[in-house]
Amino acid sequence: MLNSGEIYGINGPIIYVKGSSEFKMAELVYVGKEKLIGEVISLTNELTTIQVFEETSGLKPGETVAGTGHPLSVTLAPGILSNIFDGIQRPLKEMAKRSGAFINRGISVDSLDRGKLWKVHVMVAPGMPVAGGTVIAEVPETSAIIHKIMVPPGLAGTIIRVKADGEYRIEEEIAVLRLHDGSECALTMIQEWPIRRPRPTQKRYPATRPLITGQRILDTLFPIAKGGTAAIPGGFGTGKTMTQHQIAKWADADIIVYIGCGERGNEMTDVLEEFSHLTDPRNGNPLMDRTVLIANTSNMPVAAREASIYTGITLAEYYRDMGYHVAIMADSTSRWAEALRELSGRLEEMPAEEGFPAYLASRLSFFYERAGMMKNLNGTEGSVTIIGAVSPQGGDFSEPVTQNTKRFVRCFWGLDKSLAYARHFPAIHWLSSYSEYLTDLSSWYVENTGSGFGDCRNQLVAILNQESGLMEIVKLIGSDVLPDDQKLTLEIARVIRLGFLQQNAFHKEDTCVPLLKQLYMMETILYLHTRAKVLISMGMPMSVLKQSTIFERIIAIKYEVENDAFHKFAGYKKEIDAFYDDVIARNA
Amino acid sequence: MAIEYLGLSEIKGPFVIVEGVQGAAYDEVVTITVDKKESKRGRIVEITDDRAVVQVFETTENLSLHNTHTRLTGHPMDMSLSLDILGRTFNGVGEPLDGLGDIAAECRRDVNGKPMNPVARVYPRNYIRTGISAIDGLTTLIRGQKLPIFSGNGLPHDQLAVQIVKQASLGESGKASGSDEKFAVVFAAMGIKYDVAEYFRRVFEESGVADHVVMYLNLANDPVVERLITPKVALTAAEYLAFEKNMHILVILTDITSYAEALREISSGKGEIPSRKGYPGYLYSDFATIYERAGILEGITGSVTQIPILTMPNDDITHPIPDLTGYITEGQIVLDRGLHGQGIYPPIHILPSLSRLMKDGIGEGYTRADHQDVANQLFSSYAKVGEARALASVIGEDELSEEDKKYLRFGAALEQEFIGQRLDENRSVTETLETGWRLLRILPKEELDRIDNRIMNKYYEGQS
Repeated sequence: MLNSGEIYGINGPIIYVKGSSEFKMAELVYVGKEKLIGEVISLTNELTTIQVFEETSGLKPGETVAGTGHPLSVTLAPGILSNIFDGIQRPLKEMAKRSGAFINRGISVDSLDRGKLWKVHVMVAPGMPVAGGTVIAEVPETSAIIHKIMVPPGLAGTIIRVKADGEYRIEEEIAVLRLHDGSECALTMIQEWPIRRPRPTQKRYPATRPLITGQRILDTLFPIAKGGTAAIPGGFGTGKTMTQHQIAKWADADIIVYIGCGERGNEMTDVLEEFSHLTDPRNGNPLMDRTVLIANTSNMPVAAREASIYTGITLAEYYRDMGYHVAIMADSTSRWAEALRELSGRLEEMPAEEGFPAYLASRLSFFYERAGMMKNLNGTEGSVTIIGAVSPQGGDFSEPVTQNTKRFVRCFWGLDKSLAYARHFPAIHWLSSYSEYLTDLSSWYVENTGSGFGDCRNQLVAILNQESGLMEIVKLIGSDVLPDDQKLTLEIARVIRLGFLQQNAFHKEDTCVPLLKQLYMMETILYLHTRAKVLISMGMPMSVLKQSTIFERIIAIKYEVENDAFHKFAGYKKEIDAFYDDVIARNA
Repeated sequence: MAIEYLGLSEIKGPFVIVEGVQGAAYDEVVTITVDKKESKRGRIVEITDDRAVVQVFETTENLSLHNTHTRLTGHPMDMSLSLDILGRTFNGVGEPLDGLGDIAAECRRDVNGKPMNPVARVYPRNYIRTGISAIDGLTTLIRGQKLPIFSGNGLPHDQLAVQIVKQASLGESGKASGSDEKFAVVFAAMGIKYDVAEYFRRVFEESGVADHVVMYLNLANDPVVERLITPKVALTAAEYLAFEKNMHILVILTDITSYAEALREISSGKGEIPSRKGYPGYLYSDFATIYERAGILEGITGSVTQIPILTMPNDDITHPIPDLTGYITEGQIVLDRGLHGQGIYPPIHILPSLSRLMKDGIGEGYTRADHQDVANQLFSSYAKVGEARALASVIGEDELSEEDKKYLRFGAALEQEFIGQRLDENRSVTETLETGWRLLRILPKEELDRIDNRIMNKYYEGQS
């Protein structure tokens, strides 16, 4: 018997039902004649409070609120990839077909296409014992990804019947299981999973492998591990979204979940259009084939914005359970925090800092802790990496969302306004950013790029730090008065900034750079530094060194050397030697 | 015959409470008749059982607990629309102000609008030429974009908005917008001075576009509650003209700051918990319901482009109003008091200014192949001008290196010749880009590190 109640009061997205009811916490409910989707968020003897995920205008007291008995869940089955959903997993393409260009409310539409036939290859046979996570069938979902149909967590037993390979709809029975208690249970391709509950795993592995993004400043200076967490804070216009797009395009994850949480509609359209045209450099498939978009734009209902983050991570965990490496882009977690604040305000809760509820920190940690490199129930290994954008008010990193996020992430890629003003992109500041994964990943770098990588990186960072110290002096007295060795440090730092840290997202070669090229670029820059240092120590003035175009030549490497043309680096080394000999010959 | 409810149980600021209401809906519009003569409208903002909190447009003056009759209208706030609205002037809630009577309604639309489905949007790519170098060259306006002007009190944002309206045309070949019959301007005034509204009206008339302008005016002395509806009314009209009548609509919203002040006033009246600087926690979401109503839809030739104007309190760009706006809009044009003081018009501070959609609407096939590189180089070099100036102010200009002196010359020339232009000067994109190259030649060639070699070879020597 399902419970129900009547609307008593309405205040924006919050509605109240009077009297003690049979509703459960976090239960999904249908509100009013239009069956708007809502969720129970608090219960007392007198009053049930419900947040509604759709516009509430026009609702009247006295209309029915019907319970469903289960919590807000997502539907997990083939058809998720290359799709675009709103914050509560309603397919936006399907909604556009039904209600046109504007989003109507109360549209009841299946999350996934139930009519579509999928090619199913069954992996189990009668008599086989299975448990939660066991793969019972494989479905080629897109050109890039094989979707693995798994036994839902919590079920265990023996297979007694299976279907033959063939084409099936997601609702059709694939196999029948006899549970340990003797009852039979039919398995389809569908699993439902509550969005606020993490999917179970066997155990957590330490982070030992990097997520390679093809972005030099990230891979080299501040790497993130697969299964790691990172925050990208920055004021408006500093390039949070661009950085997220770049990672979503080029990161070596198997699946990308892109959550547009309270952001611009045009941005989602941009991702949708661009990702359909771009191809994955590793296998040539359209990028959209490995991507799922969750779009809850800033003008969509605020409660659904709150849910969108959880919807996204639940989808990610599901693909992780199949043994894939998933990366989540959450753009922006500040909008999600603001949704919490708005709902909390409507509930008249006691505010903490800047009006945010006191539970902001615990909600953030709960979200970020769902990331990790895991041993799944079926023994496979998969990971969920979370990269969250933060939009601090006034670009001020001391505000509560940035500060609390900083406590739960291990990578901090701080975007800087002055770099963005000078159009230095990515505007990630090398002095304020950090990565706690450096030591965890160092053995991977040694194994895969040789022992020199970490060394080069440290030298680069050292030069940049020296530059920042010298700039304090330059600001006061100008660079002319510095001794030549310090001038050289400034010049090399300039080469590093322009030639290495700055990366052009619109350039065919420069948009994504393999790790080895990053290493060779560093080596070349540092070789130039070593040779030039010798010249300076011999008493050659910096002005003489600057007559050569060698510094500009090295800066241009990022454009001139194609991503597979590593042999060209030998040529640069020769040029540096020639430069060295030339300076000596002319000034001896 | 609809039921009328006699009397009120509470009046507090713009809010009144009606008890014993049957069948009232959240967000429904009610009419309140005072002393059986004067009629006011209000909106239900909270409802608990049979007790409705109504926010009254206009003032609550003259209302007593006993002299009112309240009637439910059964629908949310809506407005009548037809092509007749072109050339007309309305108040902040869409009632005619020009004495020409009600319009013959073709349809009625809910002013709250509905969110556009991102799937149905088309990513905007067609640039609008404004004839203003700093905008065309560095922060290109794209049809379907929302590009606000961040200004301050006393800065010429109104003149700039007017110049954009007068000169806007689609691409190089596009006709002047004024003569384009499918083009229209929707002007929404929120809490601006009478003189400012009059200035816009006069300029629209003088330039002959008045027939294609719809004005919604909520002036500084008009009721604050109405001000919250004004942008919604204006955007509903804009969406109607754009998406049902296939017109290209430029919406000017001024002044967003007054709108946000009104929101704060009403919010504190309701006793809501304030967040930053006393503004309600939902300021971002509320702004989004305005700004996100811009764009282009698939299969429809019309478009809504927004130029909201806001005055930054105390010229502070980190104030919540410009800050939250910048997070929603697709860039911003920032005006600067320093440049204005030097007599440079338009005083656009180019470094914090930005157009997010620019990257896809310029370059080969749109403007010119070198556009992006020239823009990047101008930005990056101008950023260095700031450093050189800071140094000069410490050690004196004479002590600067040759290179730094060149940067100073470049900076001054950029401000005078590129950013600065006359109020009626309409530059072509080629003119703008050539000016850019001319200025870049002031600098040593090796300093131009943002320009691709091929483009350098083709354009550096100049085409003329």
